[in-house]
Amino acid sequence: MMIMRWQLAYPETAVPLVGSIFGEDGMLLPEIYNSLGAMHGTIMIFLGIVPLAVGAFGNYFVPLQIGAPDMAFPKLNAASYWSYFVGGVVMMSSFFTAEGAARSGWTSYPPLADIEVGQTIWLIGMIFLITSSLLGSINIITTIIQLRAPGLTWMRMPFFVWAQFVTSFLLVLAFPPLEAAAVLQLMDRVVGTSFFLPSGLVVSGELLDVSGGGSPLLWQHLFWFLAHPEVYVLILPAMGIVAEVIANNTRKPLWGYNSLVFAAVFLGFMSFIVWAHHMFLTGMGTAMSAFFQTTTMIISIPSVIILSALFISLWGASIRFNTPMLFALAFLPMFGIGGLTGLPLGFAASDIYLHDTYYVIGHFHYVVAPGTIFGLFAGIYYWYPKITGRKMSELLGKLHFWPSLIFMNGIFMPMFIQGLAGVSRRLWDGGLEYAHASGVLHWNEFMSISAWLLGLAQLPFIFNVFYSLKRGEKVKNNPWDATTLEWSAPSPPLPHVNFEKIPEVHRVAYEYSLPGRKRDFTPQTEPKKG
Amino acid sequence: MEIPYTVEERPDTGLFNAKLGIWLFLASEVMLFGGLFSAYIFLRFGAPVGAFHEWGLELNIPLATFNTLILISSSVTMIMSWASLKLNEFKKYKLYMGLTLLCALGFLIIKYIEYTSKFDHHIYPSTNTFYAIYFALTGLHGLHIIGGMIVLYYFWIPGSKMWNSKPEQFTNRIEIAGLYWHFVDLVWIFLFPILYLL
Repeated sequence: MMIMRWQLAYPETAVPLVGSIFGEDGMLLPEIYNSLGAMHGTIMIFLGIVPLAVGAFGNYFVPLQIGAPDMAFPKLNAASYWSYFVGGVVMMSSFFTAEGAARSGWTSYPPLADIEVGQTIWLIGMIFLITSSLLGSINIITTIIQLRAPGLTWMRMPFFVWAQFVTSFLLVLAFPPLEAAAVLQLMDRVVGTSFFLPSGLVVSGELLDVSGGGSPLLWQHLFWFLAHPEVYVLILPAMGIVAEVIANNTRKPLWGYNSLVFAAVFLGFMSFIVWAHHMFLTGMGTAMSAFFQTTTMIISIPSVIILSALFISLWGASIRFNTPMLFALAFLPMFGIGGLTGLPLGFAASDIYLHDTYYVIGHFHYVVAPGTIFGLFAGIYYWYPKITGRKMSELLGKLHFWPSLIFMNGIFMPMFIQGLAGVSRRLWDGGLEYAHASGVLHWNEFMSISAWLLGLAQLPFIFNVFYSLKRGEKVKNNPWDATTLEWSAPSPPLPHVNFEKIPEVHRVAYEYSLPGRKRDFTPQTEPKKG
Repeated sequence: MEIPYTVEERPDTGLFNAKLGIWLFLASEVMLFGGLFSAYIFLRFGAPVGAFHEWGLELNIPLATFNTLILISSSVTMIMSWASLKLNEFKKYKLYMGLTLLCALGFLIIKYIEYTSKFDHHIYPSTNTFYAIYFALTGLHGLHIIGGMIVLYYFWIPGSKMWNSKPEQFTNRIEIAGLYWHFVDLVWIFLFPILYLL
């Protein structure tokens, strides 16, 4: 990504340091720029956030938060991990093949993806990654339904568990159509079928030698049927983490826990019927557009409920501003910007102008970069003591947080300005060729510098993770005075069994600062008197 | 500490873990084939009127009908093998499981004959969109049969030792394998009319 930003800021000049791997003059060629773009999306989504949010956080903390000794299917868990590993190796190996990595964008739209090089390996890698998520999420759902500790009823579950539950359902039901689509595209490439190739397609001045009769739109439908729920797969676990951190550090029960839960479930349902709002420009007709624009507006309601409930939770609290809380607090407005800028994209009329501009990139990245990734950082700082028995350094944490917040906005805010001016995304030269872009292109340098500084700002974090492993402040089982079950387990939890004894649950998830109690928190395991 | 509910049912859900797991897996399979079925519908509407029917005339309906019967029979023998275990009759289980595998093999042989006769007539997936989706759907279904056969074979010979040590868990496993097998059967029951008859 940082290399791509060089090309955008200083087009057609040699890339410093690593330029020599791109050839004699060290310039980033359009083909490689496209590869990097496609692989950036693929890696971040399918190899980065989903495995981290669902695979790592889900697998580690769902059993802990529901008081289970392990996941329901340990072997399935291993199979999921190794399938992910193979998929990852296959994806990465594509950089080293003669053809190079996929370069048709992470969306892999045909006909381009059917005829452009590098795509075959991408598809094979995807099939492994999809299988991995599928097995993992079956495991998470079964674990939540079957292995809840005695007394842990549905409405006593922490919101994080609910978020993982809905997320896993999305993965189980939305990923298979993409798997089907990947198989079809693989057949198009390998055995010469024409699922996605229309009749009479001309490539480089020559008629393509295929039977034709297929439709590129078919791919888009199958792809977005996955990829829209995928957005919620990316955001829900982060919302879950943020809810945990906020409840803990405001020392108050979450405001509107029930609405949070129902909103998350409703969000899950709705996410299956909004996919074609990515396709307003395909000419699928006004009736279809009207339908999907309506469902899209409806789905914004549960997101707003969740965000509002989390905001109101802050009201009147005496907040502890530790590092996890800072990240959780930053999540709220950042995700808010991401969500609100999505509304103009959800309306067919305004989307026609904004579609495929940098505005879309800005919107999406506000949701997943300072949104989801900040949520995940909050989770890492919050649960690190549980995993290691030591706290992470607060000073280094703040040194990580503040620059990250500033530079994130430095990268993505100008994208809205460029996008509103009509600059298209995925351009190798960033739009130099276009007169209408000339007024806003000077932002590229600013954004690129922000991106590099953001990279630097991650150094304290990386150092902190390793430093605190040895030198961090030693803590007991419940350093944050939290109520949920994971804090009643030893830190780190016992291998294979988590708890010394399966806990019994007597109360709802967030009993903080209730009047008349000795302490300002009451763990879920504490029996009720009388 | 053991993982709870691997064999016995959890009282409030009435399920043991693996049964829930297989239903979730089957739900995802429904979505997988659902995606392909929608592709079929999409392509059929996109083709010239009547073309899909005309292209499909090359298919061998009697053979496919016979194959449908074979697969339904295999579902019946699959249930019988599970029922035999419930009745504590291990020998009968072996017999019925063997018959299930035989049916599955028969299905694949007939499918092989169908495929090769298509290739002999120079019909390939690349011929037109009908054969593209025909080969995609039946090929994926065939892979599911093969996968199922591997699992069933494991329970037939090498894995059946478990009957002596943990009979209840073994019976559960056969039930779950059976659920999968019926699902694969069901997919074929949808495939047969839309590909051969319509």
